[in-house]
Amino acid sequence: MTMSKIVRTAAGWLFPFILVFGFYIVMHGHLTPGGGFQGGAVIATGFVLLIVAGSYGDISRRITKASLSGGETLGLLLFIVTAITGLALGGTFFANWLADGGLIFGNPVLFGANPGDLNTAGVIPIMNLAVGVEVLGALSVIVLYMLSGIAEEGA
Amino acid sequence: MIPAFILQHAPALLLCVPMLGAFATPLLGRLGAGIRNAWALLAMLATLCVAGILTSEVLANGTLIYTFGAAAPSFAVPLDSGGIPIRIIFAVDAMGAFMALSASIVGTAVLLYSIASQKKNSGQDGYYGLLLLLTVGILGMVCTGDLFNFFVFLEINSLAGAALVAYRVDKGVAVEAGLKYAVLSTLGGLLVLFAIALLYGQYDALNIAMIASRMQFTLLDKVALVMLLVALAMKAGSVPMHFWTPDAYSMAPSAITAFLVVASQASLYGVFRVVFSLYGLALDCLTVGWIIIILGVLSMFVGVTMAIPQKDVKRLMAYHAVSQTGYMLLGVGVALAVLGNQDLLAAYGNIAMQGGIFHIINHAMYKGLLFLTAGAIFYRTGTRNLNRLGGLGHSMKWTMIFFIIGALAIAGIPPFNGFASKLMIYESVFLFNPLLSIIAMVVSILTLASFVKVFHSIFMGPALPEYAEVREAPLPMLIGMGILALMVILFGVFPQQVVDILVAPAAAALTDQGGYIASVLGGA
Repeated sequence: MTMSKIVRTAAGWLFPFILVFGFYIVMHGHLTPGGGFQGGAVIATGFVLLIVAGSYGDISRRITKASLSGGETLGLLLFIVTAITGLALGGTFFANWLADGGLIFGNPVLFGANPGDLNTAGVIPIMNLAVGVEVLGALSVIVLYMLSGIAEEGA
Repeated sequence: MIPAFILQHAPALLLCVPMLGAFATPLLGRLGAGIRNAWALLAMLATLCVAGILTSEVLANGTLIYTFGAAAPSFAVPLDSGGIPIRIIFAVDAMGAFMALSASIVGTAVLLYSIASQKKNSGQDGYYGLLLLLTVGILGMVCTGDLFNFFVFLEINSLAGAALVAYRVDKGVAVEAGLKYAVLSTLGGLLVLFAIALLYGQYDALNIAMIASRMQFTLLDKVALVMLLVALAMKAGSVPMHFWTPDAYSMAPSAITAFLVVASQASLYGVFRVVFSLYGLALDCLTVGWIIIILGVLSMFVGVTMAIPQKDVKRLMAYHAVSQTGYMLLGVGVALAVLGNQDLLAAYGNIAMQGGIFHIINHAMYKGLLFLTAGAIFYRTGTRNLNRLGGLGHSMKWTMIFFIIGALAIAGIPPFNGFASKLMIYESVFLFNPLLSIIAMVVSILTLASFVKVFHSIFMGPALPEYAEVREAPLPMLIGMGILALMVILFGVFPQQVVDILVAPAAAALTDQGGYIASVLGGA
């Protein structure tokens, strides 16, 4: 069963915007409300939109459960490896080894009212990204599994 | 000998190792089953090593503090925070180390056993990942010094446990048990969260030591105490909140059931930590002590009487698990009831406490062993119904020996470990209130009667024709059971040494609330 052509086209146009918005929430997690889980959930809704507009068969051919759960695992590993790196560099587990380092996300945080600098907070944006990837994989896989039990109408 | 790096970071490694193991398991599962199993086993063995190192370090040098994300593990209170420990802190005292060691021993045996018992099942990537994640939840709960962090690990423990209960999809029955466990755990988790919010609202802190040092015991604190006790006693499987245990324990794969016992004990540890370290002498110790004693006596008695008529061997053992939890609550409850009185504490309170705590590790060993033997029987015969089993003593000799060891230990027969801890509980509780001690002994006798019945219906009698093909359980399963059986016998033959080395420091650490606070906040 598929929706009308209007819905399918609109969903196709909306999908990249949902992706961008989701990743915006993930990457701005240390500055604005949001973060990894929220952004990941927004991205997963993009997949849900595609599934609702198209058919389960189409979508599950293009986006496999294996690749989504692989993304989930990669997110988890990125998280734990970031935490262990703090340990390996002579600090403690979960130490913020990138903060104020001048490298990526390494700018010192300004005091007082300011528009916010994306390039701050050290490992926190990386953790957000890891959680975002993990959540988008996990939630999409859950949706795919829930829909896989639904039989095609008239089939 | 052991690198200083490991010694210094042992509390973090205790979590980091199984967590890395759990997260990498699905990825390694794509390379092949053998590699994944070896990886999971390696992660669990490494966790056991870290737990051993951590325990010896804590016993030698006292409570270990680990501050996550700080410049050095011991910087619990940042200089510019106004004396408040703002970071997540692990405070591993002798009690926490004791629980961590007990959990990782059972975990290792369970993982070895699983390699054979889960061989034919699908979805093993998830199985080993969740098993390691459950380990993380248990170890985190017993090590953390932060209330909110405790809640997080409680949730990890519950979710991983619920998923594992539902792992073997058996006509939906296992899924129902898993859902029941998940819903009840979530309910309990929300109660804990609400209680934490009440405490946080009053004391502006989440650190257990910090809250303990500011504890006023207001009406809100009492409400929080009730919520914490109810939720954690429910997770520990104490009567009258025990009703999820028979379903969850009997439907989970046997290896998981053995580990769920340890997961429940982590909640029991939560009860003890809350009443002794968080509230301590601010409590009306006699009243709360009696509440815990009554919960314990009810658990003992209702558990064993419900166990006797059961026909499903794992359901029967699950009710016995409820019953044995009662002994731990009884022993520690008596110690709590006399907490303020040094004379009574020295006369029998400390012994009761040590008996209760010793029973935790003993129970984890022999109950784990019994569930693993039940799993071996199910693995070979495909049934758990006592009326249909029989004559297996002819074909499954090792399993029978392990079953005898476990059954005698749970009934409190020397020279097995259950006897040692139960004797400590009987003797000390008798001085507190003879009636309680008599109930405890009667419950032990009923336990023995129940297990004699189980033993007879599974192993005795002529070899049945329908089980002519049944052979001994595979070697990894026997090794897993053997490790636990060895611990049961060792702890039973050398109880004094175990009590002196492991149990007495753990009991002393729990009763010493001032020492716990000082170790985190520094001097005070």
